[in-house]
Amino acid sequence: MSRYHRHIILEEIGVAGQKKIHAAKVLIVGAGGLGCPILQYLVAAGIGTIGIVDHDIIEESNLQRQVLFGMSSLGKNKAMAAREMLFNLNPTIKINTYPTKLISENVKDIFTTYDIIVDATDNFSTRYLINDAAVILNKPVIYGAIYKFEGQVTVFNYKNGPSYRCLFPYPTQKGLVSNCEEIGVLGILPGIIGTLQANEVLKIVLGIGEPLSGKLFCYNALTNQSTTIKVARIKETIRLVKQRGEDFEIFDEVFNCNIVLNQIGVEDIQDDDDIQYIDVRGLAELPRFFHENLVKISLHELTDNLQMISKDKKVIVFCKTGQRSNQAISLLKKNNITNCWSLKGGVSALTNSKLIKRTE
Amino acid sequence: MIIDIKYFGMLAEITGRSNEKFECSNTKVSELKKNLINRYPGLNNVNFTIAQNQEIVNENCKVTGEEVAIFPPFSGG
Repeated sequence: MSRYHRHIILEEIGVAGQKKIHAAKVLIVGAGGLGCPILQYLVAAGIGTIGIVDHDIIEESNLQRQVLFGMSSLGKNKAMAAREMLFNLNPTIKINTYPTKLISENVKDIFTTYDIIVDATDNFSTRYLINDAAVILNKPVIYGAIYKFEGQVTVFNYKNGPSYRCLFPYPTQKGLVSNCEEIGVLGILPGIIGTLQANEVLKIVLGIGEPLSGKLFCYNALTNQSTTIKVARIKETIRLVKQRGEDFEIFDEVFNCNIVLNQIGVEDIQDDDDIQYIDVRGLAELPRFFHENLVKISLHELTDNLQMISKDKKVIVFCKTGQRSNQAISLLKKNNITNCWSLKGGVSALTNSKLIKRTE
Repeated sequence: MIIDIKYFGMLAEITGRSNEKFECSNTKVSELKKNLINRYPGLNNVNFTIAQNQEIVNENCKVTGEEVAIFPPFSGG
């Protein structure tokens, strides 16, 4: 145990704490800029079982910040190459590699083995998939994200804390936010942010300190300024993710970042004959509405009933809160129905307006 | 009331500044958002969240804070 001597002599860790570290199983999704320092520190710290998910290949332009790799790693898969390098650092650690993209079909199988998930990915669709799967499987997520000279760190889904969707309910449209490859990033920044994520992992494993649950830590490398913002858990948001259950497939389609959402507020609707309303809630959901141009098709049945959607009218889709109607818009757009709009605020916005009559 | 607005990430690029003073009285967060989008139309194309006095607020809240932070999600890793 001389390897962990400096941990063991800390009163807050000791032999018991080091045993907790050894017993921990941590999954790191993404072995890039953030993933490299996270892996190095967690393997060095003695986390007993580590999983690494990454489908990507190491390129020379990665070496500016992905400090686990060297020239001999070029052309290799990141998860596999990371395992090789980490074995030299600490051969006692069990390292599982998943040289594949995390997708709805494999997320449950991969997550099941681990106690803590670390989000070190570089794209929104995987971040939302990680969040939704972690909410459903009840695993904490250590989140880190970077942009040029700025970074964000927080802990999601920990002891009834908030989730990623409580902070940012939907993905940003692609093309407006790019990744490090396209816009550049200060090489040291993922080192700082990734190390903070590794620190959060150890705090949670050891049960010491105050994990960044419910707090978004924002750091600027140019000014050295940091801000911590309180994030509250939104029960309804969590409930909706859980309600959809393990049907991640629909998520991929729905929250695909390529799709730009059309949203409309009740104040912007001129009620006339050129509008068709679509209620995508389940048939048992109250209140019910009546309108001559209203069609009721639940979200799950939408793709099978596209013939009921008007091609000439402006299509306004609503549900209880606006989440399912956003999903509906994505599905409709994929089916070339473009003049369609998701009603902001859902049923409650509609109830307060005089657009549609309630029947019960 | 004068509020101090801080812009993070690409929002600082869209607005061309990292912070500014903004006059607003008896305003809801949704109205503040509208005013900002009028002033900087580029904000209309990005996803962002608003915090006041270091706490996230929803659109129906009144702007009471002297310190407002406006930040986008980052995707990079």
